[in-house]
Amino acid sequence: MSVPISYYLVLSAILFGLGVIAFVFKRNIITIFMAIELMLNAVNLAFVAFAHAWNQLDGLVFVFFVIVVAAAEAAVGLAIVITIAQNRRSLNVEDVNLLKF
Amino acid sequence: MSLPLIVFFACGVTAVLGAVLLIVAREPIHSALSLILVMVSLAVLYLLLGAEFIAAVQIIVYAGAIMVLFVFVIMLLNAGVEERTNLSKMAKYAGVPLGFFLLLEIAHWFWRSAVGARIANGSGTVNASAVSTRDLSMQLFQQYLFPFEATSILILIAILGAVVLAKRGE
Repeated sequence: MSVPISYYLVLSAILFGLGVIAFVFKRNIITIFMAIELMLNAVNLAFVAFAHAWNQLDGLVFVFFVIVVAAAEAAVGLAIVITIAQNRRSLNVEDVNLLKF
Repeated sequence: MSLPLIVFFACGVTAVLGAVLLIVAREPIHSALSLILVMVSLAVLYLLLGAEFIAAVQIIVYAGAIMVLFVFVIMLLNAGVEERTNLSKMAKYAGVPLGFFLLLEIAHWFWRSAVGARIANGSGTVNASAVSTRDLSMQLFQQYLFPFEATSILILIAILGAVVLAKRGE
């Protein structure tokens, strides 16, 4: 007996929810970036599960693109993090308040 | 319980545990290591779903390249224990209700939508034959050729952006 597809989707939703919680509650810029990566991973799991369920390859192709975009985003984002850390001498997002409402 | 179910629950519990550790850890390096744990267990789940290529890419690109970049930046910036602050009023009165709303929305989508109904009917439990990497590459280089080439330009721009940002910081 194989694993029902709904199990994968529930796991994906749980991981996405934990990623949202980490994104909102963490105060370190690098950890917030990692929360974004966690959310992307959760979405990838849902893509692969759907691709398996419907026996279609398009989901796997989209996972490939998501991974590429995540790599580009990590490169640019971490460069921005390094610049902010050099200018503000802090990694706390509370200290980066120029655009804060 | 069959073997796939046992593997699924082992990897699923490990992934959720890693995500929880990411949240409760106070040192960024601990968060990074627990995120690697999540990624490796997700790669095993991809293998279970018959996507060997995606599992390999997950290990090489995510757990390899991206997380090495994260760990490197944590080391470079000497990131220590994060400071805890109280929830702002915005987070308390807008963020928490919106979070619950998001959870309700996902649950609603699962149980009421047409997709959810199809899954509930059991059509989602088909034990599909393993998707071969050959078929995947055919799809990638024929139907999705233009998006594939566009991603190479995206990567090029990302490299340029990272170099420009790093130079300005000096």
